[in-house]
Amino acid sequence: MTDASEHAIVVGASLAGLRGAESLRRAGFTGRITLVGSEAHAPYDRPPLSKHVLMGHVPADATTLPNLHPLDAEWRLGVAARSLNRRDRILTLADGETLAYDRLLIATGARARPWPDTAQARFAGVHTLRDRDDATALHRDLAARPGHVLVIGGGFIGCEVAAACRALDLPVTLVEPGPTPLARVLGEHLGAVVGALHAGIGVTVRSHTRVEALYNDGTGRVVRARLDNGSSIAASVVVVALGAVRNTEWLDASGLAFDEGGVDCDAAGYVLDTEGRPDRRIAAAGDVARFPHPLYGGRRVALEHWGHAVAQGEHAGRLLAEAEPGEPYAELPAFWSSQGGITIKSVGLTEGADGLVIAQGDPKAGRFLAVYGREGRCIAAVSFDCARWLPAYAERIAAGASFPPPAGASDSGALTILPPSFPAEPR
Amino acid sequence: MSDPTLFAQVKDAANRADPYPLYARLRENPVSLQEDGTWVASTHAAIGSLLHDPRVSSETLPPADRPRTGNPFSDWVVKPIRDRITDAHRPFIFRDPPDHDTLRAAVMHQFTQARVHEMHRRADTLVAELLTKKRGDHEIDIVCDLAYPLPVTIICEMLGVPAEDEPRFHEWATQLATALEPDTLTDTEKRSENSRTFETISDYMGGLIAEKRKHPKDDMLSGLAAGGGPGFPAMGTYDLIATAILMLVAGHETTVNLIANGVLTLLRNPDEWRRLRDEPARAPRLIEELLRYDPPVQFRTRATLAEIAIAGVTIPPGAPLVLLLAAGNRDPAVFPEPDRFDPDRTGSRHLGFGGSLHYCVGAPLARFEAEAALTAMVRRLQKPRLIDNPPPYRAGSALRGPKHLRLAIDGITD
Amino acid sequence: MLQDRPEPAGSVPTDESPRAAPPLRVSVDLNRCQAYAQCCYAAPGHFVLQGREALYYDPAPSAADRLVVERARIACPVQAIHVESPGTDRR
Repeated sequence: MTDASEHAIVVGASLAGLRGAESLRRAGFTGRITLVGSEAHAPYDRPPLSKHVLMGHVPADATTLPNLHPLDAEWRLGVAARSLNRRDRILTLADGETLAYDRLLIATGARARPWPDTAQARFAGVHTLRDRDDATALHRDLAARPGHVLVIGGGFIGCEVAAACRALDLPVTLVEPGPTPLARVLGEHLGAVVGALHAGIGVTVRSHTRVEALYNDGTGRVVRARLDNGSSIAASVVVVALGAVRNTEWLDASGLAFDEGGVDCDAAGYVLDTEGRPDRRIAAAGDVARFPHPLYGGRRVALEHWGHAVAQGEHAGRLLAEAEPGEPYAELPAFWSSQGGITIKSVGLTEGADGLVIAQGDPKAGRFLAVYGREGRCIAAVSFDCARWLPAYAERIAAGASFPPPAGASDSGALTILPPSFPAEPR
Repeated sequence: MSDPTLFAQVKDAANRADPYPLYARLRENPVSLQEDGTWVASTHAAIGSLLHDPRVSSETLPPADRPRTGNPFSDWVVKPIRDRITDAHRPFIFRDPPDHDTLRAAVMHQFTQARVHEMHRRADTLVAELLTKKRGDHEIDIVCDLAYPLPVTIICEMLGVPAEDEPRFHEWATQLATALEPDTLTDTEKRSENSRTFETISDYMGGLIAEKRKHPKDDMLSGLAAGGGPGFPAMGTYDLIATAILMLVAGHETTVNLIANGVLTLLRNPDEWRRLRDEPARAPRLIEELLRYDPPVQFRTRATLAEIAIAGVTIPPGAPLVLLLAAGNRDPAVFPEPDRFDPDRTGSRHLGFGGSLHYCVGAPLARFEAEAALTAMVRRLQKPRLIDNPPPYRAGSALRGPKHLRLAIDGITD
Repeated sequence: MLQDRPEPAGSVPTDESPRAAPPLRVSVDLNRCQAYAQCCYAAPGHFVLQGREALYYDPAPSAADRLVVERARIACPVQAIHVESPGTDRR
């Protein structure tokens, strides 16, 4: 166990950091805890930002997270971590302050991948959506009822933003280089269902299409985008939804193994140095942690899921408090997204799936549950407005049960194995 | 192998007052085969897993005998004949998706927040009246004087059943509620007795629904009769009748147990009686704990559609299944000190209202009714003492609760 | 309360006007949520089900609504709702 003279620093004051700090305390850590956050805000919840906040149902600054457990801690908010010196166990902040640590939790998360042309990215009306200030700015622009919104990228954020625009009755085009929206996560088969859903609510979906350049009106405000087929479309607001980049630059001199895809961890949750040795004073959690998932043959994954930030934050807090490795972190990945009135929920990871069955319901009716398999095992299940059955499939996935799942559900017939059809190349 | 007669003992009236020791023995095997061929799930995990398993069916009829739903035309022509032949009065608690979902959506569409909250206010008034009626007395039967009349009045008002017709339902409702007892499902005599009662009550409901169609009012039956809603069609007449009867029976036979079990539990935990009196805002958590500790619906029956491997056993297809909700609620793996009544428990995922697709439709109403009843009683009943401990119980083992709950009291305050 | 309609153009949403007590903090684990809608009955206006399964909720209800929001938390069959009353819960 740790003792009261120790100092634990949590770098990153969002969901994973907050739950990690609470978990440290709950697991009996009696020393000082300091949370360092680059944003000036107390930890807040992000999922509403791309939904309720854009639609104006909830103010952007209203989503401060509740504490789940009492947390006696010190806070350094509005100042990012600049560098980590593991030899002397010193964290340096952007304002030059140095903090000595005995335990460190890396939970710096990720940021939106910016539009690659930095000049165009600075045009007024061009947005990314990741944090509270982004949501405030985008909400303000949408509330001004722009003539046409362009969403670049058909991932979850892009899809949710497009759906929110339709809920606001704004014309919106979703441009996606892949065959359908969400094809990278769900495959083309279910991606087509998502595409139809968006077309149904009035989103103009342009798949197999890239945006090549953005143009401004001469005063610096975006007006138009040129597509890779040479045509151009009007765009008074542009939302760049090209995924995320992990916040790892501050680890440059740390000797840890990291890149823009995350910082590497071992199965227990400790971070690894460039030689692959764990540092037992440092754990990582949330979007930034790239860890070997036991359910997926030890393949390293970094998951941008809300539930994962909570579960891995709690795991890392316990790990640091107990100062010895316990059970490997094996939480089943899960996420949700609501768009166009439909709620998509998933357990497991679809990546690498070689088969897909519609286990229940009917995609045409808008309510169904699909199961993904790989090499004869269930690896993921995705429900569209069918969430109450999901726990049964989560059990099968966690148990590595055989794929396809047994037929015999009350609302299914014979199960046909379909190709999930993931796009050949990740973007 | 555990004692395969445990579930028969649960059904035995001699064990009605306290089945919980039997449940504890059943939990030694999460899913166990009983001598009558029934599989009983008794741990929280096993019940939770089966509730969410799509291969578990609520249907009581084989597929070939099931009439289809959602087709008003065939309702008029073919269905009446088939329904009578197949004894298929099947409200949606005995149905699977997609029919179940369609019927339930129509009910939820009418079970509006506004109606439920209006009934919460109404429950306060009714409880006040019922207690005031007994003001001069030194004895009160919680069941007959309050726990039964309250939900019955509420459900009739909500559905739009005229108050003067209400007394006719008492016996019918008691009879039909036996459909939830496992032995009724396998007993031809009991089934046909239920069928006859169903015919009688159907005739009444058919007439009432025709009346609602002609002269709609602001009530659930009028709303259901008027048509469909977002994503679901209008119910056919026979589905409408079955649905109306289901809600009526549910209103008669479940909340009564919640309230009576609640009073009994509070009297056995007098400290909680006092705390609720001093802090009425404690009611919601107290009622939630009650739903765990002594739920009105102790178990529900299902059948397997396919082979299911669970907790070390393999249940064959077509097997009758009992989900022993009340046993799961006392599972020490989930609820520390499960036999202690403790409203301050946190994170309680009790199974008192079931779970998954068939989660109790009336749950919000039941909570409000119980709150109205319990908070008023702890405030107004003076020095209540149990006359019979344990009290006499009603016949049902699935819908379980006292038949009478007589209290000696010093009086009833205003 | 959740607002039914988007704000008029140009307005920037701000926190509740100053009150004696800061607003509550609510978050719902929507992985766990199975749309039983018990919260919607317990605390109408603070929790709203849109479509079949999309739960919208007010993450910052007024402290005056603590009891109804607590009702929703307690009634949730899967215990997915977290509520904190700043100033009272924090120790």
